[in-house]
Amino acid sequence: MGILSTSVSITQYRVEGRLADPVMETVRAALNKHAVDDIDNEASEQVIGWTPLENPFAPNFDSADIIIDTTFVFSLRIDKKSIPTKVVQKHFDLEMKRRLKESKRDFLARAEKQEIRDRVVNVLSTRIPATPNVYDLTWDYEAGQLWFFTNLKSANEALESLFKQSFKLSLVRLFPYTAAECSQDLSGPEKDNLNQLKPTVFME
Amino acid sequence: MLDVAVAYSRYQFLGEEFLTWIWFMIENDQAALQKIDPELAALEVGRRMVLVNRHHRDAGETVTIKGDHAGMEEGLLTLKKGGMVAEIHLVYRSGDHEWQFSLKGESLNISSLKVPATGKVESQEEVEGAIIEKIYLCDKAVGLINRLYGRFIKLRLGNAWRQKVVPAMHRWIASA
Repeated sequence: MGILSTSVSITQYRVEGRLADPVMETVRAALNKHAVDDIDNEASEQVIGWTPLENPFAPNFDSADIIIDTTFVFSLRIDKKSIPTKVVQKHFDLEMKRRLKESKRDFLARAEKQEIRDRVVNVLSTRIPATPNVYDLTWDYEAGQLWFFTNLKSANEALESLFKQSFKLSLVRLFPYTAAECSQDLSGPEKDNLNQLKPTVFME
Repeated sequence: MLDVAVAYSRYQFLGEEFLTWIWFMIENDQAALQKIDPELAALEVGRRMVLVNRHHRDAGETVTIKGDHAGMEEGLLTLKKGGMVAEIHLVYRSGDHEWQFSLKGESLNISSLKVPATGKVESQEEVEGAIIEKIYLCDKAVGLINRLYGRFIKLRLGNAWRQKVVPAMHRWIASA
């Protein structure tokens, strides 16, 4: 979701590793290489890629502003085609009847039915536009801190995978254990204690 | 470091203890909260809290308290039966401004974060300034959570947890 929305959700990450210098050019090249593609006239059902925050439907990073103050700011876009089940069923049914008539048979094998279903979905996919979902992120490179503006599990998983693929850096999602493990305020013995922790019982 | 998926579920209790501790601190020690965040004017429980009971005889019980003026008696009763806070809506005040957000224990995810109102963005040129301002305002809430968690985990991993914090929280829960 958008950073400028009235109400936002944030998932925090720690970014591990360093990029090759010059960092700005490395980031821009990676974003361009993995920019989201348009699949509206293609058979693909889903595509995931980067897009500029200020212009999410024109994914070109050559001239896009990707840094504000000292923070990288861009977006993850997930375009997905949702073909209603009943539409698939209707076209599958029509195609199956046509195939039976042509082959003068009473039934089709399971593999043939699957092949028809796949073809129907492929054909419909080229006719249905994808629904775009845009999720903003801010990345303070020097601090190794990234905020992803959604808590949606599927979007977070897509981010983690694409980020690693694009920048060859690991993202560590900060939840109670990792937030403690990544903390610079805890000593070695304290981190050892973390691995031995058992739940507290406040009331026996 | 443990495998992330294993660590996420094994240490779910840590996030729930953290939120329960925040509630305890809100009710009992605002001065200590101000030491953790010197710009904090007040921290309050907002309009929603979810409690779960995983470790006691009522394991599996989930209690949701909601509403602007919700009574917290049922929440304390759930703590008495061994429950913990799984999700909490917080209102943070600093200066004349107010932040509201929900915090989930198992993930530390922040949701429904509303920051103080800023000017309307009316042209493309104003977007950059608006983003800088929004990052700054979000950082106030995120920074608060991180500082609170930093204080909590330091306590939790030291002797003070068993010797001081647990007895004090026990007294608070028992007095309800």
